[in-house]
Amino acid sequence: MMDLQAIRSDFPILADPEYIYFDNAATSQRPRQVLEAVEQFYKTTNANPLRGLYEWSIGATEAYENAREKVAAFIGAKGPTEIVFTRNATESINLVAYSWGLANVQEGDEIVVSVMEHHSNILPWQMVCKKTGAKLIFLECDKFGKIPEQEYTDKIGPKTKLVAITMVSNVFGIQNPIADIAKLAHANGALLMVDGAQAAPHTKVDVKALGADFFAFSGHKMLAPFGIGGLYAREELLDKMPPFLTGGEMIEYVTRQDATYAELPHKFEAGTVNAAGAVGLAAAIDYLNEIGFDFIEEQEKKITRILYEGMKDQKYITLFGSENPDEHSGIVTFNIEGCHPHDVSSVLDSEKVCVRAGHHCAQPLLQHLGVNATARASVYFYNTEQEAERFLESLSHVRSWLGYAD
Amino acid sequence: MDLKQIYREIVNEHNLHPGHKDEMSAPKIRRRGSNPTCGDDITVSLDLDENGIITDAAFQGEGCAVSQASTDICLDMIIGKTKDEALSLVETFMDMVHGKASEEQIESLEEAASLQDVAHMPARVKCATLAWHTLEKMLKEGGDE
Repeated sequence: MMDLQAIRSDFPILADPEYIYFDNAATSQRPRQVLEAVEQFYKTTNANPLRGLYEWSIGATEAYENAREKVAAFIGAKGPTEIVFTRNATESINLVAYSWGLANVQEGDEIVVSVMEHHSNILPWQMVCKKTGAKLIFLECDKFGKIPEQEYTDKIGPKTKLVAITMVSNVFGIQNPIADIAKLAHANGALLMVDGAQAAPHTKVDVKALGADFFAFSGHKMLAPFGIGGLYAREELLDKMPPFLTGGEMIEYVTRQDATYAELPHKFEAGTVNAAGAVGLAAAIDYLNEIGFDFIEEQEKKITRILYEGMKDQKYITLFGSENPDEHSGIVTFNIEGCHPHDVSSVLDSEKVCVRAGHHCAQPLLQHLGVNATARASVYFYNTEQEAERFLESLSHVRSWLGYAD
Repeated sequence: MDLKQIYREIVNEHNLHPGHKDEMSAPKIRRRGSNPTCGDDITVSLDLDENGIITDAAFQGEGCAVSQASTDICLDMIIGKTKDEALSLVETFMDMVHGKASEEQIESLEEAASLQDVAHMPARVKCATLAWHTLEKMLKEGGDE
């Protein structure tokens, strides 16, 4: 059994017990192991990786490439050649859209996304469709966040070139049946792009078992520093894809008019790379592995149940997503009748409770649900039952602070 | 002032019981203003007489309590004022938001002065200024329909 207080003491920012951080779906907090790994890198082996021929640069290269191996093992890739480091999931999806998308999608093709996508998994595909004349098709979900099976079978067909879907919704927290979607996509000759930004921090991911052709994730939502993320892609796909960005360090040989490209995955990593970020990500993966996803999921469920059950009974609260709190991946999206989510968030802020309010970069989903904005509490494995209770207590004051009698 | 006190002392009253949230049948100028990132969306209507005096003002739309209250307070203040006087109030309000207004100027904003502390909150400044921006545009550029 993990000691939650020991875990919390690893996170310097959580030392102040006054604050309740319930905005983990936006970004997580960082343990000292990650902060120290980054600092250690800069203090002991900082040099430009992949190009220097001296000890520090070689050390930086090793640290960077070890991190890539760690990521590959963490998500079940065949090996490090299938992992491209990016800034975040958004950049990973853009890489696939600009490189694979523009080279392979044609007029008459269809790209299928779901209505619950984050803007980062919609806008790149709008771009591809506008440039190629392909059609963007939306899978609709019901009010519980579930996409009915018929949506998939009706909309994924021979014209489908790509299905781009999130593994876990950042509004509902619901997990989509990726392995089944992969089978359907592949049976129709389409590829599957998975947005794993909300999944990778919370559940064990195995890209091969899922059948994902592309998988994008952000480090900062899973304890790593800002500015480091990754893209998994099957090696044979990466091999054929043209570079996304060009310039330094992604080349093999350059003449005045032409160039040949470096081997995988360096072909996709132009310019000086974020080696310290990668080192931080590796430390984050070590940390998550040590805690283990069994504990992570169990703890998140425990807190989510308290939140969900506590809010379900309150007269003026509307909850979004599944009626089963175990299907929320730690995300509880809600509204309070008569109170704009921004006011809710401001009142909670004055009691040092941090939640998100707004459209969560998912405007098409909010339009689908018929709301302008919502508030969202999202937990991680370091959140406690006491925090959940205090959150509920603060929440119960909101309507009164906003001028309602009850 | 503590944010919750601001809600309690000023924002809630104007949000829950706005004095100027009405439909105006044939306004001289009507203009929509919105904060796309938060979903605040208001439409302000003004009536002016031949001397350029604002004889009536009303608004409709949705948004957070701060944006709704700020709009109601704004309209409350400009009724009976000339176009230039109203624009001068807008300027003073913006100066207050940007920390450039003197004590005396802030006092001249009367009830709107109590939004000072909300307007300084980076997360809420857009809510507080929406109506004032919209008013400035409609008095300088006219309506949008």
